[in-house]
Amino acid sequence: MNKVFMSGNHTIAEAAIRAGCKCYFGYPITPQNELGEYMAANLRQAGGTFIQSESEIAAINMVVGAAASGVRAMTSSSSPGISLKQEGISFLSGFELPAVIVNMMRGGPGMGNIAPAQGDYYQSTRGGGHGDYRTPVLAPASVQELADLTMVAFDLADRYRTPVMLIGDGMMGQMKEPVVFPELVKQLPEKKWALKGRGEGPSRYLASLILDGLENERHNWKLVRKYQEIADCETRYELYMMEDAEYAVVAYGTTARIIKGAIKRARREGIPVGLIRPITLFPFPEKVLQEIAHRIKGFLVFEMSTGQMVDDVRLALADYQVKVEFHGRPGGIIPTPLEFSRVINRHYRRMKK
Amino acid sequence: MKLINQWPQYYKKNVVTHYCPGCGHGVVHRIIAEVLEELDVGKRSLLVCPAGCAVLAYHYLDIDVIESAHGRGTAIATGVSRANPDLFVISYQGDGDLSAIGTAETIHSANRGENITVIFINNAVYGMTGGQMAPTTILDQGTTTTPLGRNSTLDGYPLHITDVVAAFPGVAYAERVTVATPGGIRKTKKAITNAFQTQIEGLGYSIVEVLSPCPTNWKMTPLQACRWITEEMSKEYQPGLLTDKREEKRKQKG
Ligand SMILES: Cc1ncc(C[n+]2csc(CCOP(=O)(O)OP(=O)(O)O)c2C)c(N)n1
Ligand code: SF4
Repeated sequence: MNKVFMSGNHTIAEAAIRAGCKCYFGYPITPQNELGEYMAANLRQAGGTFIQSESEIAAINMVVGAAASGVRAMTSSSSPGISLKQEGISFLSGFELPAVIVNMMRGGPGMGNIAPAQGDYYQSTRGGGHGDYRTPVLAPASVQELADLTMVAFDLADRYRTPVMLIGDGMMGQMKEPVVFPELVKQLPEKKWALKGRGEGPSRYLASLILDGLENERHNWKLVRKYQEIADCETRYELYMMEDAEYAVVAYGTTARIIKGAIKRARREGIPVGLIRPITLFPFPEKVLQEIAHRIKGFLVFEMSTGQMVDDVRLALADYQVKVEFHGRPGGIIPTPLEFSRVINRHYRRMKK
Repeated sequence: MKLINQWPQYYKKNVVTHYCPGCGHGVVHRIIAEVLEELDVGKRSLLVCPAGCAVLAYHYLDIDVIESAHGRGTAIATGVSRANPDLFVISYQGDGDLSAIGTAETIHSANRGENITVIFINNAVYGMTGGQMAPTTILDQGTTTTPLGRNSTLDGYPLHITDVVAAFPGVAYAERVTVATPGGIRKTKKAITNAFQTQIEGLGYSIVEVLSPCPTNWKMTPLQACRWITEEMSKEYQPGLLTDKREEKRKQKG
């Protein structure tokens, strides 16, 4: 396929269809409505199912049903809707079912506003719903990456039998950029565990209620081992101007994108700063931070939140003698590259002392 | 010698029941197993179990089963059925599950006319959590959260949810039955057969509400519980056909 000019939300939908997604269930919420609309127009035509559900709770549970019967399924929403989906995400994790959940985050607790924000970092990376589970979280920073990582999300979900989240915000969803779509996935992995009726074989069940204490513990440890394996094999990040950097900015998604401009400006002014951009938020790329910690004079974490990912940076660097500073805005408004430049300058002067 | 009955193929053998003596769940499970066999759909069935006493239905029914979060049965069933229209999908739910926490899912799956069958066990209480009031609890009925009996001013009125959904154009078949008497059990089997057939023919949503004893939480003997269904509960929830739009749906389908 040639390069096309497309919005982020449409891109995710198109990429999902190309990834073999056959079921989309969702409830409208800004700023991600175009995703569901694209599915209504195109997934049905492609022989799949689109349902505008009665709520986010219903949507995620429809995903549970579709996933249980072996079909690639997805839902999307924005912050308040994701809170409602947490019940289902916990169940998907307990059942060990693959699914893709998109969150185009918005500002504030409650309704907040629809402008970009990154306030759902804790909710996404800490499980979010009840119980001891983690969800792999992918955080794209361009429309091309939205396409690529949507495909990756479906693959990870199937490989590890776990829900996977793709998070962005209104800016990621609404902006248009050129994108080249990956080829249509023709062969999907076989899912021997999927429930399709017992046929001639023995009957099977998917349950998350495990009354036997020891068995329940075994199941929970099994999940933990899986999350460890994901951490070992699936951590993704981008390094930008880091080869000779003495100062490192850590930022993801929209924030990282804006910061690249600020870093270029800082470099012109002779400040040796680079960017570490986590692409997976869980697993968090802690190793790369640790590997360079000895040559870095200071880490500066930028977020459109009052400070959430910065905790992961501090945890990663707990055993290292290096300063971690934070600059955040709670979202609902997009910081400018100029604002970030000023912070980088201030940080540099302070660190040098 | 003529064989008049045998162990149903889809009913597991040699399992110890977790249901209380006199509970209706076991009776309904057995009927489901029999009808699955008679209509030859067990091998392509997927049963969605509720949070409630029937959460362990996979211990008894020898078909594929997925458990559901409390109230979400028909959303899961919708997902299964839309993803795999060849599957025969049953959502098995209690009254707390279906008519309290899952009201929205119940109403909307019915209104979309999903091609699924709902088996709705109405025992007028929350059984599993120890006998609290359900939306279906009848007036003056004592429960742990209506210790002086359900009072309409304080607690609202009994909810007739099956009557509500029966009025929807997407609902092809709805019937209320009881398992409190041998005759009632025969009618229950007939109703479940009709409901399953509705789905097999692809006519849309079908639901069978079963008035079912919960002797433990009603603080009765099994016999008293059956009598209470016949004498008290059936007055509030009259057994009988609530809607049958199958003929009309067949014509629509052509
Ligand atoms: C979200 C959530 N809330 C509450 C519960 C606790 N709970 C389990 S079963 C149940 C009620 C079951 O009653 P009913 O649906 O009538 O089925 P029965 O046990 O009577 O067969 C409740 C409240 C739960 N499992 N999940
Ligand atoms: S508590 Fe009631 S519904 Fe639950 S198993 Fe016992 S009798 Fe049956």
